[in-house]
Amino acid sequence: MAYLDHAATTPMLPEAVEAMTAQLVATGNASALHAAGRRARRTVEEARESLAEALGARPSEVVFTSGGTEADNLAVKGLYWARRDADPARTRVLASPVEHHAVLDAVDWLAGHEGATVEYLPVDPHGRVHPEALREAIARNPDDVALATVMWANNEIGTVFPVRELASTASEFGVPLHADAVQAVGQLDVDFAASGLAAMTVSGHKIGGPYGIGALLLGREYTPVPVLHGGGQERHVRSGTLDTPAIAAFAVAGRLATGRREEFARTVGALRDALVRAVLDAVPDAVLGGDPVDRLPANAHFTFPGCEGDSLLLLLDAQGIECSTGSACTAGIAQPSHVLLATGTDPDLARGTLRFSLGHTSTQADVDALAAAIGPVVERARTAGLS
Amino acid sequence: MTETSPRPLRVLAAMSGGVDSAVAAARAVEAGHDVTGVHLALSANPQSFRTGARGCCTIEDSRDARRAADVIGIPFYVWDLADRFRQDVVDDFVAEYEAGRTPNPCLRCNEKIKFAALLDKALALGFDAVCTGHYATVVLREDGVRELHRASDMAKDQSYVLGVLDERQLAHAMFPLGDTLTTKDEIRAEAERRGLAVAKKPDSHDICFIADGDTQGFLADRLGRAEGDIVDESGTRLGSHEGAYGFTIGQRKGLRIGHPAPDGKPRYVLDISPVDNTVTVGPVEALDVTGLTAIKPRWCGSAPEGPGRYTAQLRAHGGECAVSAEPVDGAELRVTFDEPVRGVAPGQAIVLYDGTRVVGSATISATVRRTTEAA
Repeated sequence: MAYLDHAATTPMLPEAVEAMTAQLVATGNASALHAAGRRARRTVEEARESLAEALGARPSEVVFTSGGTEADNLAVKGLYWARRDADPARTRVLASPVEHHAVLDAVDWLAGHEGATVEYLPVDPHGRVHPEALREAIARNPDDVALATVMWANNEIGTVFPVRELASTASEFGVPLHADAVQAVGQLDVDFAASGLAAMTVSGHKIGGPYGIGALLLGREYTPVPVLHGGGQERHVRSGTLDTPAIAAFAVAGRLATGRREEFARTVGALRDALVRAVLDAVPDAVLGGDPVDRLPANAHFTFPGCEGDSLLLLLDAQGIECSTGSACTAGIAQPSHVLLATGTDPDLARGTLRFSLGHTSTQADVDALAAAIGPVVERARTAGLS
Repeated sequence: MTETSPRPLRVLAAMSGGVDSAVAAARAVEAGHDVTGVHLALSANPQSFRTGARGCCTIEDSRDARRAADVIGIPFYVWDLADRFRQDVVDDFVAEYEAGRTPNPCLRCNEKIKFAALLDKALALGFDAVCTGHYATVVLREDGVRELHRASDMAKDQSYVLGVLDERQLAHAMFPLGDTLTTKDEIRAEAERRGLAVAKKPDSHDICFIADGDTQGFLADRLGRAEGDIVDESGTRLGSHEGAYGFTIGQRKGLRIGHPAPDGKPRYVLDISPVDNTVTVGPVEALDVTGLTAIKPRWCGSAPEGPGRYTAQLRAHGGECAVSAEPVDGAELRVTFDEPVRGVAPGQAIVLYDGTRVVGSATISATVRRTTEAA
């Protein structure tokens, strides 16, 4: 088996498993006042501090959520509601068109139900929003912008955004900027304070932590309207009993992933480069997606002209090579990727994509397996065509 | 190609989300084949959940199919054939009704989708066969030719809707349920034994793309209302209708003719004329058909030369009748019934059998009435 879908989820780190299992057998609601509660609370708060340190944030800026999707929803909807409540003129939402659906669909929902006007920012052929584009969009009327939202790095094609410059542009106008950093943590130097972002989404299971846990890093001056109302946990911004075992494991994974980042980028980056060479050797007309240089070190994305991504996936799967078309699906039906369409890729071409994403368990053998398989697979998929 | 297969094949199992196709896929695995499951997404805007016992195109059905594939332990994919299905099956269905004919979309789907679009893609991807949950049998003759036969259990036989398959399509078809001499309850029990949650799922009926079962409403939405006359055989106007496409030859109910026939007997739809939007009704005897002409013949093997004696089936759940049939110029089939039959409508398929063997099929274009020629 060659697992090349780490961007979908990556195996948990043994240290995270250990931290989680240790907490699973302990009792205590972190909001309770008795000894069991105090023990749980201490675990949660230590995890918060540890994660904050790993990500360049203050502990009070870490709002735990059930994962990246919830953090994105809280940032987009919560900040929109709060900013509009403070000034009804603020109904414009600026978003990159290459966002994950957790952001895109939240933004669309605001347009459909909350009177938001959504403006998709132009991107370059690599799918990147430039600071000038953001400046131009805000400057047209700075007073009606509720928030802007971008990605630290794109989950499909791996392109890295100039987050610091974008944040600095937004803050010139007093506009909060949210970034989805789910794919960036552990691969890029993600420092919340240095970034200047108002809010940033991170997720546990993409960095060797457990599923079902994530966080919104949230500047202390922002109080989004909650999406989940209830017991008032997490600064009254996100109610719900804290998941002590998941939080403990998330923090361990976060600390390890950020601590090993440079080594990861070097070794996994070298494997990725070998993978890209191998694919281009076997299929010379394959097109590498995203920025060829300024990209996630573990991401490789290709378009294979004349192929259906689904066919490629099926044929590789049959040989034990697990990857992704990179695009979202509706009821299992592959749709041309909105990311590729946003970069101006021809819709027919956009159907023939594959994303290979590596991780901490990747080896040269994985790359070799793909190198041996990809040529014949593409040839066969071409025979099946785009029917 | 079913259980007699000498070597393991790479098989693509079409999985609707129902119990039959799930058991078929499981049996193909058990027979030693390398099976991959595929659910066909046939609607551009699938409903989330099944409504009643109809349809096979909802997201829930897709999930049921995926769940079954997971239990069987085979890879599973959803293939989007909605565009092809709309063109080749749904649009054809509407156009046929508009032309005053009565189509069978399941045959069309087998001919154009399951054993064409799906099969072609499967073959291109390196599969050897497409497996479905139809009740029919493929017999491999000693000379290597494959024959399509009725299922062992005549009560469940579905060879009629497969009668459109030609030799090439048949060569790549696998029907693991065809040899089943068991009741549907026993298939359900087998599904249960295999841990398939679809064991208790209700059977699907009717036309899968008309989720609420309201064929008239479906057609009215697409063809609009077109008021016309209901007349008797002499041309006397008896009433009106809101669209001739809403009628099927042999239909008795829903005519809404105010006054009864002079002889007091019930009246039936005898003829539908889309050209002048007229529906002709008359007594039941006038429905008697002594022969028919059919077009677009498709043969399961080589076309017969000259006239022959066959049994014929005229609808999915209909009985057999003895006929003499002769292909004409390769494009037409002329059929004479030994005894007159009723309720034969242009657009329907006639499937010819030699014993249990499917010989071929054709689309009825005109019928010969005992007294008059119609349609």
